[in-house]
Amino acid sequence: MMNWTTPPYLLDGQASVRRVMLQVLVGLLPGIGAYVWLVGPSILLQLALATISALAGEALMLRLRGKPLSLFLGDGSAIVTAWLIALTFPPLAPWWLVVVGTLFAIVVAKHLYGGLGQNPFNPAMVAFAACIVSFPALMSQWPALGLKLTFAEQVSIIAGLAPRIDVMSGATPLDAIKTALKLGEGTVDVPTLLATQDVFGNFAGRGWEWVTTGYLLGGLWLWQRRIITWYAPLGFICGLSLLAGALWLWNPQGFASPLFHLFSGGAMLGAFFIVTDPVSGCTTSRGKLIFGFLAGLLAYTIRVFGGYPDGVAFAVLLMNLCVPLIDMYTQPPIFGMKNQR
Amino acid sequence: MLAQLFGFKGGVKPQTNKAPSVQLPIGQAPLPSCLFVPLHQNIGGAPNPLVVVGEHVLKGQLIGGADGWVSAAVHAPTSGTVLAIEEHVAAHPSGLPTLSVVIEPDGRDQWIPRTALDHRSLAPERVREILRDAGVVGLGGAAFPSHAKLTPARAVPMQDLVINGAECEPFMTCDDLLMRERAEEIVRGIAIFRDLLGAKRVLIGIEDNKPEAISAMNKAVLRLAEDYAVVAVPTRYPAGGAKQLIRVLTGKEVPASKRSTELGVQCFNVATVYTAYRALAHGEPVISRIVTLTGNIEQPRNWEVRLGTPMRELIALGRPKADTDRYLMGGPMMGFEIPDLAAPVVKATNCLIAGSPALFPASPPEMPCIRCGACAEVCPHELQPFELYWFSRARNFGKTQEYHIFDCIECGCCSYVCPSHIPLVQYFRFAKSEIWSREREKQAADAAKARFELRNAREEREQAEKAERLAKAAAARGSERKPAPASAAVLPPTVEPVQPVAAAESAEAVSPSDPDTVRKATIVAAMERARAQREAVKPRNTEQLTVEQKNEIAAIEARRAALKPEPAAAQGGRADSATSQERPGE
Ligand code: SF4
Ligand code: SF4
Repeated sequence: MMNWTTPPYLLDGQASVRRVMLQVLVGLLPGIGAYVWLVGPSILLQLALATISALAGEALMLRLRGKPLSLFLGDGSAIVTAWLIALTFPPLAPWWLVVVGTLFAIVVAKHLYGGLGQNPFNPAMVAFAACIVSFPALMSQWPALGLKLTFAEQVSIIAGLAPRIDVMSGATPLDAIKTALKLGEGTVDVPTLLATQDVFGNFAGRGWEWVTTGYLLGGLWLWQRRIITWYAPLGFICGLSLLAGALWLWNPQGFASPLFHLFSGGAMLGAFFIVTDPVSGCTTSRGKLIFGFLAGLLAYTIRVFGGYPDGVAFAVLLMNLCVPLIDMYTQPPIFGMKNQR
Repeated sequence: MLAQLFGFKGGVKPQTNKAPSVQLPIGQAPLPSCLFVPLHQNIGGAPNPLVVVGEHVLKGQLIGGADGWVSAAVHAPTSGTVLAIEEHVAAHPSGLPTLSVVIEPDGRDQWIPRTALDHRSLAPERVREILRDAGVVGLGGAAFPSHAKLTPARAVPMQDLVINGAECEPFMTCDDLLMRERAEEIVRGIAIFRDLLGAKRVLIGIEDNKPEAISAMNKAVLRLAEDYAVVAVPTRYPAGGAKQLIRVLTGKEVPASKRSTELGVQCFNVATVYTAYRALAHGEPVISRIVTLTGNIEQPRNWEVRLGTPMRELIALGRPKADTDRYLMGGPMMGFEIPDLAAPVVKATNCLIAGSPALFPASPPEMPCIRCGACAEVCPHELQPFELYWFSRARNFGKTQEYHIFDCIECGCCSYVCPSHIPLVQYFRFAKSEIWSREREKQAADAAKARFELRNAREEREQAEKAERLAKAAAARGSERKPAPASAAVLPPTVEPVQPVAAAESAEAVSPSDPDTVRKATIVAAMERARAQREAVKPRNTEQLTVEQKNEIAAIEARRAALKPEPAAAQGGRADSATSQERPGE
């Protein structure tokens, strides 16, 4: 029997899906580190819960679909989804919330669409959107930073053994501004709020500003490692800052600065870890820029004018819908055809 | 030197592995026990045998004449006896046989009479003919007849002649050694090409990982007082692709739809230039070439090998190690696995690599595409390989053409980097061969239809004419022989005149007097010509598909079997029967 092999016979020994995914996970570590340090170690429990449920969901679906378990379970893609879910959910959310969210992401958003590489929507964002619509209260309970809880107390809250104390439902910095402006009815202005309220730190939310800086650093590292390109993150940052900056310049009393917005909520995570998702994002350079830019605009619009605490998830899902169209219209000219358009 | 470098997008940097085979100078491979010289070693027409079994031939004697303009002659690599003219396994991935002249050397290695010529004293046409009859073809691996590339485009002045000494494929060092050892002959040979093309500037591109070759070439250029620029180009695969090197040295991008001469530039490999020089200045046709023998062997080295030498005998010189599990011809990026070592070394054999599991580990299992875009980033032709992959997989061949599948040079950069280990090139070859075979089917159908219509028209006309003739004859008979009684005796004379008419009539059918016939014949001829041209002049990416139809059909079948399209993909095939009518490569 003839042995049909095709060139190239040399492969880049380094390249593998698992390696790509592992590096994305490493890119998340600075942010997670700051999270643990400033917000509390409970996030580690959430990460573990999400990881286990993602792998369990993945194994189940692979078995049902008759795919080789060993090959796919180790590719790391489910863990990336799991971690993104854990990092976007409130750190003291009950254990089942993150489990349900992750299973939904893996089973519905990933495997029902055909598994690795086939999902048109970012699974983590699908989970976030589904949960915030279904469990709005639980999804908006963020611990006030001043709250000093021991790890044991955090664990028992997550496990549902301790009561979900009121003081825990502190608002996120984004929410704090929104609520204060709404309640104040023109009597409060943003600069005073930022200067006086406890939830705000140096340039964004207290504590959170360093977590998001961690995401930024990890993202830059991924870019330097060429795991991601700069197009989508820059587009996102530009889109968000442009709208934020315009409104802030027009009315600094009523709107927070672009800097505040970039380092609040899911902006940095979105810019470097979510709009850069290759599977559900655009593939051409110009497409990535457009995708990121529009996602940034939408994210700002939803978080400031919409009813939800943050807009990144919905913005990304909406943009996921536009990917085939954007890709189609942004095909770059090929070698030798640049002057023939 | 003074030349500005332009660079090209994409490319990869695999381990070059060139060092082992440059330790020793080029060796002369001993005369093999028997030579199997395939008649068809070039792109284009297959030469026909000019010798008979039992004939004694001299070294350099013409044994296969060029068939048409895009073709090149084949010669006896040594003196000896023609044992057979038979099908012998080819140096081709399919391993199918090809018509070969089997020569048993007599050991005397006796040359034909040779005449040294100076190209400057010859008409350009004559020089091209000499090159064709000396069997000069692209030795970089494409084996395209060189003389056919030596006519400048009429409307565009020839600006640059690019000489390709980049040699970007890992493992391969035959051009490197040739430049180190025979720089002067290369530099002299360049003048032939420059003068034929009337090029204003000569740029010799060599990857900067070959400092010895660069300095040897520089010295030769200085010694011969030529004004050629020897340019060190950054080492990055595939910098030695003709289009990439042209881009790096001149900034011009040659699209797949154009010939480089239309942009005022042409490119030749250093080894080709060398053989052209030997052909003119020494009257020596192409009967040997430098082959890098390397990989998993005890003694990697470059050898000057007679064409037709069985690969097995050449490989034995390098003493393969015990764990050798395969042999590649060409580099590891664009070469292929040799199915049978009885295959001979041919003009396209630039490198033989003994492979081992350690050297070329089996590809990890294929995963789904994650659209990471790594492939697009490294594609030197700036294609979107993953889109081509999705469409090839779905058998949506019309779309693959929309996404420029025929611009793909099969360099393998995309497969090299793909984190999902998708054999992308394999998919592209599959798509290309499918498109070609559909195109051919359609052309065959068109030609058959045209023939059918032609025949119908002729038959109709014949019938009409016959009826007319019969009527006339009857009328004549009626008037002439009215008085005679109708009897068998008078029949022969009436039959007689009919025969010449019948002959004239069939001659008339193809005579150019009938405008309709002429038009149709012209269409058929034009279609045939266009097909032949396309097959002959298509870029490298279709070379292996069009060289031999037999081989190709087998290759398609085998690839199809290897791909095992999923049932869903097979279903998708129906949808694009309409798209198969689009012309490839546009
Ligand atoms: S490199 Fe492989 S996985 Fe990535 S987009 Fe290309 S084909 Fe898909
Ligand atoms: S093989 Fe084709 S598609 Fe892949 S990188 Fe080379 S030219 Fe581009």
